Amino acid sequence: MALLEIRDVTRHFGDYTAVDHVSISIEAGEFFTLLGPSGCGKTTLLRMIAGFDLPDSGQILLDGEDMVGTPPEKRPVHTVFQTYALFPHMTVADNIAFPLRMAGKPPQEIRARVTEALDDVRLPSFANRFPHELSGGQKQRVALARGLVNRPRLLLLDEPLGALDAKLREEMQIELINLQKEIGITFVFVTHAQDEALALSHRIAVMNRGNVEQIDEPSKIYGFPRNRFVADFIGKISMMDAQVMEAAPSHLKLDIGELGEVITAGKEGVKPGDKGVMAIRPEQVRISHPSNGAQLKNHFLGTVHDFLYIGDVTTYIVELSNGTHIEALLPNSAPGRATFFEVGDLVGVSWRHDAGIFLHD
Amino acid sequence: MSRSTRWLWSAAILAYAFLYIPLAIVVMYSFNDSRLNAEWVGFTLFWYEALLNNKEMLLAARNSLIIALSASFSATLLGTMAGLAIHRYKLKVLPVLVFTPVAMPEILLGVSLLLFFLQVLNLTLGMISIIIAHTTFCIGFVAVIVRARLQGMDESIFEAARDLGASPWQTFRLITLPLIMPAVVAGALMSFTLSIDDFVITFFTKGVGEPILPIQIYTMIKVAVTPEVNAVSTLLMLLTLIMIIIAGKLEARNMEAAGGEAGK
Repeated sequence: MALLEIRDVTRHFGDYTAVDHVSISIEAGEFFTLLGPSGCGKTTLLRMIAGFDLPDSGQILLDGEDMVGTPPEKRPVHTVFQTYALFPHMTVADNIAFPLRMAGKPPQEIRARVTEALDDVRLPSFANRFPHELSGGQKQRVALARGLVNRPRLLLLDEPLGALDAKLREEMQIELINLQKEIGITFVFVTHAQDEALALSHRIAVMNRGNVEQIDEPSKIYGFPRNRFVADFIGKISMMDAQVMEAAPSHLKLDIGELGEVITAGKEGVKPGDKGVMAIRPEQVRISHPSNGAQLKNHFLGTVHDFLYIGDVTTYIVELSNGTHIEALLPNSAPGRATFFEVGDLVGVSWRHDAGIFLHD
Repeated sequence: MSRSTRWLWSAAILAYAFLYIPLAIVVMYSFNDSRLNAEWVGFTLFWYEALLNNKEMLLAARNSLIIALSASFSATLLGTMAGLAIHRYKLKVLPVLVFTPVAMPEILLGVSLLLFFLQVLNLTLGMISIIIAHTTFCIGFVAVIVRARLQGMDESIFEAARDLGASPWQTFRLITLPLIMPAVVAGALMSFTLSIDDFVITFFTKGVGEPILPIQIYTMIKVAVTPEVNAVSTLLMLLTLIMIIIAGKLEARNMEAAGGEAGK
């Protein structure tokens, strides 16, 4: 039985449907992420799990027990808020002790567990500080310690890294992964940052306009997006209109406008005549001098339209003969050289027969 | 000092002189060994002694203190509740109901309360009617201050308390109340000072019985401005000053604990 089971949950705000018949089940010990753009319903869903909001219909089961009707303080679920929500008039130790005090634990036990929790988040000497004396990252850790100290069944994290700068964010991501692994508590993480979701999660539910578009492991979400929304939202991807000519279990043959034939990976439920797009990730596209690899399948000529030098890699935008643009990523492996190709250069682009994905309209 | 800063300084000094010289004169003449507020003769505590023997004045002071304490207590209680309710329930009519008495001309409030007490409640005018009247106009002030403080706070703090296992009542006692305490105390002190020197509403709702301080002072001045009035005014000033200092200290201590963040 799943630890948390969200069954057909719907929530309206007036005419607006924030969450639309969503069903998700989360296993014990999982690091599960709700990912989506703002307004996709992920925060509403989180608030319903915490008990701050109630579904209009559907059930939220924790350990098989329906939580609807149980107030937030009675749910074995704690939340780490985006603003951290530390109590400003209490010390760090009192903040962390709060859930233990509310649970009626004896004072000695509270003291021991607060000390332990401070060690867990690497802030052993901060017990007597007040929240305003802490940096953003330290507040974040105190909020985490407070959420974890009473060992909830489920820890909800509402964009907890949103307010941190890039470097600190990466540090905290690694810490979060380790902490979750050590403590073994199930995390439900909400974010709109796809890189964060990919880096942290065991599984991701991609949400859009109140619906779940896909639930999968990060590599599946990235490598095999189920539809155009997921493909577009996660990472970079080039798309071109395509029609299916031939559909075999091992491969598809697509007709791409004036470009010609493209072979992609096989996919269930696709039949000849279907319309959609051929999608390909920039790192899957090989860019080379036009003469190289001309004998290969999926090889096309184009001119460099633009490029973006990022440091470790350069992204080239190549205009193909039919006028569509395709992105190709090239690592800058040669020292001291920013680009291998210049704008206007004639180049060849190619990709493996199983690298492209066909997505229905 | 440049020309413009010199000009600003003199303007500031003039403005403060205008505010404080009359007060200083009252204090000074309360120690003047003369019946006339005209020239300085010599130092005396005679007028304070006279005040202590003035039974009527002492009774008025006692009455006023009782009224101010009861009215500020009940206004703080009700005003805090009103401030919380206005903040929590975004009902449009609520703030109008609570804040209107603050903006209403006192004379109007006085007349309407008088009619209400006599014709609707059938109340005999006296201490009770004055306390109710003072409470009525102080509630709005407390509610404004409390709501202002709540508006500046991160709402998720209260959700966090519930989330971590606190019942609504525990959340109020352990989180909400300590965080709004500076506003509650400020509201209480403000109510006290508003109540102790209120003339208009007191005049309408006092009836004929007990003497009340501001009205007693007024009655004395009708005869002549005696140094006794100066003495009682000086004491009143001292009381107000002490309250302001206490309020300042409390606020500073609370802000230190809250790290100035509760107000953000």
